[in-house]
Amino acid sequence: MRALFSFLYTRSALPSTLMPSFIELRNVTKSYRTMQEEDLLALQDVSFEVGKSEFVSVVGASGCGKTTLLKIIAGLIPHSSGEVRIGGSSVKGPRKDIGFVFQQPVLLPWRTVLENTLLPIEVMGLPREEYGKRALDILDRVGLSGFSDKYPFELSGGMQQRVAITRALVYDPDVLLLDEPFGALDAMTRESLNLELLRIWSDHRKTVLFVTHSISEAIFLSDRVVALTPRPGRLADVVEVDLPRPRRLDVIQTEAFGMLAKRIRSLLGIGEELGGIE
Amino acid sequence: MSKLFQKEWICSLCLFAVLLVIWEVTVKYFEVPFFLLPAPSGVLTSLRDGLSEGLTSRVGFYLHTYYTVSEALLGFLIGSGLGLILGTLIAQSQFLGKVFLPYIVAFQSLPKVALAPLLIVWFGVGMMSKVVIVAMLTFFPLLVNSIAGFESVDRDLLEMMRSFKATRWQIFCKVRFPSALPFIFAGLSMAIVYSLIGAIVGEFIGGRHGLGILILQMNFNMDMQGVFSVFVVLSIIGIAFYLAMRFIERRVVFWTSRNREVIGL
Repeated sequence: MRALFSFLYTRSALPSTLMPSFIELRNVTKSYRTMQEEDLLALQDVSFEVGKSEFVSVVGASGCGKTTLLKIIAGLIPHSSGEVRIGGSSVKGPRKDIGFVFQQPVLLPWRTVLENTLLPIEVMGLPREEYGKRALDILDRVGLSGFSDKYPFELSGGMQQRVAITRALVYDPDVLLLDEPFGALDAMTRESLNLELLRIWSDHRKTVLFVTHSISEAIFLSDRVVALTPRPGRLADVVEVDLPRPRRLDVIQTEAFGMLAKRIRSLLGIGEELGGIE
Repeated sequence: MSKLFQKEWICSLCLFAVLLVIWEVTVKYFEVPFFLLPAPSGVLTSLRDGLSEGLTSRVGFYLHTYYTVSEALLGFLIGSGLGLILGTLIAQSQFLGKVFLPYIVAFQSLPKVALAPLLIVWFGVGMMSKVVIVAMLTFFPLLVNSIAGFESVDRDLLEMMRSFKATRWQIFCKVRFPSALPFIFAGLSMAIVYSLIGAIVGEFIGGRHGLGILILQMNFNMDMQGVFSVFVVLSIIGIAFYLAMRFIERRVVFWTSRNREVIGL
């Protein structure tokens, strides 16, 4: 069975130039006006592309504008100049073909798990019965079967974030944007959710853009890793991750993984100042 | 129900019994004049007399309780209802909020009961004037708390709703209003207490029926036992109001931590 579908896993070994780009960023720049009436540059001339069904991570130091970049792509905040296109059309505001997972689960405490996942269905006016089944199906696959009638405060942090991922997937968007979704969780929960995310990705074939400050998380998950410089965020480089899929957690111990991590660390300028330590 | 039998409850009840006994013994032993402080046993007698009167008797409790409770509840519904509606409208626009703020602060710093004599002149000595006083007292807790409630909405929830392209109305119904509910209920709990104060103060200033009137009459007749028995009736009404409010709150705003413990979720 695995051999039959092996093309799914080896697909990432193709050079990215062969894949049709689905998300395109052209010279995206964002400046904020501060309280002191000064212009603060958060992002400068960021350009890259994400292919259809590709898994791309964005890494950078905290405050480099990763979250800003993701929210610009989602149409949640406007950019100052440049262009963002998804599926060929320019992003001018929030869109229904994007699912966004925030740093916090942001669930409604007065709604049960199932009602929370159906919130976008109600808002978008989609048929509740049909999508109710879909929601239960996804909840089942993220390991939350039997929790659909619980309230968020009865769930652990990791479970809450799974509900948030289900909510972002339930209306079947083409693109999944995740903003450090597992940043607030403990290391063990984080690893198991990373594996789950990869499974969801290979099940649903979404185009995924994943923001994180963890280099190893980015390498483990992605086809390519976009490295941003510290403030203002500029594109340092895009690193191709040519590790075979499906990946297991022990890939982290391999030499190839270590080389990639070293490469990205040097792009981000981490560890240079530590060079002299004996 | 097991809460009733917890240690704190038993201690509270015992303390109450001990205080009553000390009170009774002190009054009897020092022969405190009845027009200064009645003994609990005497209060109990007056309470029984008041309760055994007919439903329409002017010396019994029922008729007066009916008037006071009606004034309080009617005024509470009108005042808190208007406060909630106006607070909700003001909270929807920063412009409106800024325009209304000076008026809100000015009216809020005014002790509303100071207006009671004027309201008796405007609305007469009947029920109407008391309803208006109660409405004025209950209006502000709801106005202020609903504005605070709408302002307390989690920005992340709003951004989440925006990511689904939600309309303003959808965001209001599904996020803003439910988020404001815990504050609104805090306001309602305050207002229900004010409603009884407003009704009694209104009756003191002028009226024909109500427990406030009964207190004035009994006071005038040096019937202190009677006055104290009306206090007992008033506290029972007050406790009933509060418990009813908490009962509704626990069912509506079940997700806040203070209600979660009570219903055992």
